[in-house]
Amino acid sequence: MKAIKEKHPLAMRWTHWVNFPILTIMIWSGMLIYWANDEYSITLFGHTFFSFFPEGFYKTFNITHRLSEGMAFHFLFMWAFALNGLVYVLYTIISGEWRELVPQKKSFKEAWLVLLHDLHIRKMAPPQKKYNAAQRIAYTAIIVMGFGSLITGLAIYKPVQFYYLTWLCGGYHFARIIHFALTIGYVFFFLIHIIQVILAGWNNFRSVISGFEVINVKDPEPIIETPTPPADEKPIQ
Amino acid sequence: MKNPFSKKTKGPKKPLTIEQKISRRNFISFGTFFIVSGAAYGGWKWLYNSPEEVATVTAGARAPLRRALNKTELAFRRVFSNNHLVKTYPKAMAAKNVRHNEDIGSEGKIDVAAWKLQVKKQSGEVLSISLADIKALPKTDIVFDFKCVEGWDQISHWGGVKFSDFIKHFKLDDQTALQYVGLETPNKGYYVGIDMPSAMHPQTLLAYEVNEKPLPPKHGAPLRLIIPVKYGIKNLKRIGTITFSNQRPPDYWAEQGYDYYSGL
Repeated sequence: MKAIKEKHPLAMRWTHWVNFPILTIMIWSGMLIYWANDEYSITLFGHTFFSFFPEGFYKTFNITHRLSEGMAFHFLFMWAFALNGLVYVLYTIISGEWRELVPQKKSFKEAWLVLLHDLHIRKMAPPQKKYNAAQRIAYTAIIVMGFGSLITGLAIYKPVQFYYLTWLCGGYHFARIIHFALTIGYVFFFLIHIIQVILAGWNNFRSVISGFEVINVKDPEPIIETPTPPADEKPIQ
Repeated sequence: MKNPFSKKTKGPKKPLTIEQKISRRNFISFGTFFIVSGAAYGGWKWLYNSPEEVATVTAGARAPLRRALNKTELAFRRVFSNNHLVKTYPKAMAAKNVRHNEDIGSEGKIDVAAWKLQVKKQSGEVLSISLADIKALPKTDIVFDFKCVEGWDQISHWGGVKFSDFIKHFKLDDQTALQYVGLETPNKGYYVGIDMPSAMHPQTLLAYEVNEKPLPPKHGAPLRLIIPVKYGIKNLKRIGTITFSNQRPPDYWAEQGYDYYSGL
């Protein structure tokens, strides 16, 4: 028999889906800003392996010569990004949901087993509650990353008024690098997230919109009345 | 009281089956999801295609985004303080080759001997000040990380007169009750507006030296603004005129979609 199993509370579903377009806009407008001084590359021993970003990429996404536009969008949606993140974090703390999310001691060891299981190397996945060990790490890391984007963002946005944040982030240059690297991190998170959601299937995906999963429970045993034998009757030999 | 319209009440409602519960909740949640997604997309389309602001002292931005920039300015003005100083560095760290981006309004050479700074008071009175008059005031040096709105920055060494010292010396204190300072190049090709608190910040200079030498034309000879609490776009080269006003003075880059405040 089918049964409804509650999974994701309303507040988590809302903040998840509100964050998606906001983060997309923040990444896009961030690209418009980054283009004006696109100095980062992956260079080892004098050889540049990849330069952020190739000309073709800028052309494809129409990113060039839009600095002022990028700043205007970025400095509006930063409020929404921060506010939505704050609502999510407060909710997880107040509701106690954080217990399901924050990695436990064993999570770091178990996450490997989850990974091996997902890669079809290992048959059994470790037992889990709402989230497995790898999810606990990923979903906590993404919040830490979001907080990091906020702090490094403020550090490069107002480096004089928030000089202590700039100092905390290792200076103006390093803060900008972290801010950039975190953005690349979101893109990788997104890719893996999408693959995992597709692999997990409809029931799982639906639960992030409707809040519940449908599970199969054993039908209850039919009640069988066993007649009590009369006292004078001899038990059957 | 019986509701006369509910004729069909035939005893207690049947409890929903599990299948009914599932499809009912799916309908509500997916319905909400698609409606809200549609509304969000519509909102984005509205914002993205919103008309450009009416050109005033600011121009070139989408009207709602300009409103947002101005509101955000108000929020961050609250954390502005004269006690928040830009980080300074030892002289040895200053770039020998000071980066040069633009010459708008300060192209070519200028006759430094003939140059005079025009200070227009709100009363209409105009002070005409020579470079020698300015150099006679106590000199302040600053080695700081100059930040461009494009994203690059460079540690550079500037010398000149603190704007606040300049104000005091020329008895312009009453002018600082006004909200803005406007600066223009002699040919009016480049102009900036600075909010009074930023202008009066202790690290704001009217600079006549870079790396302890008189400013070359490309860095704004004979006198330029060095305002570390703002992006480079506000650091006007070759000052011709200074004005005071309660309205935002014209600003070159604010007319091209950039934030008027551009504070750091």
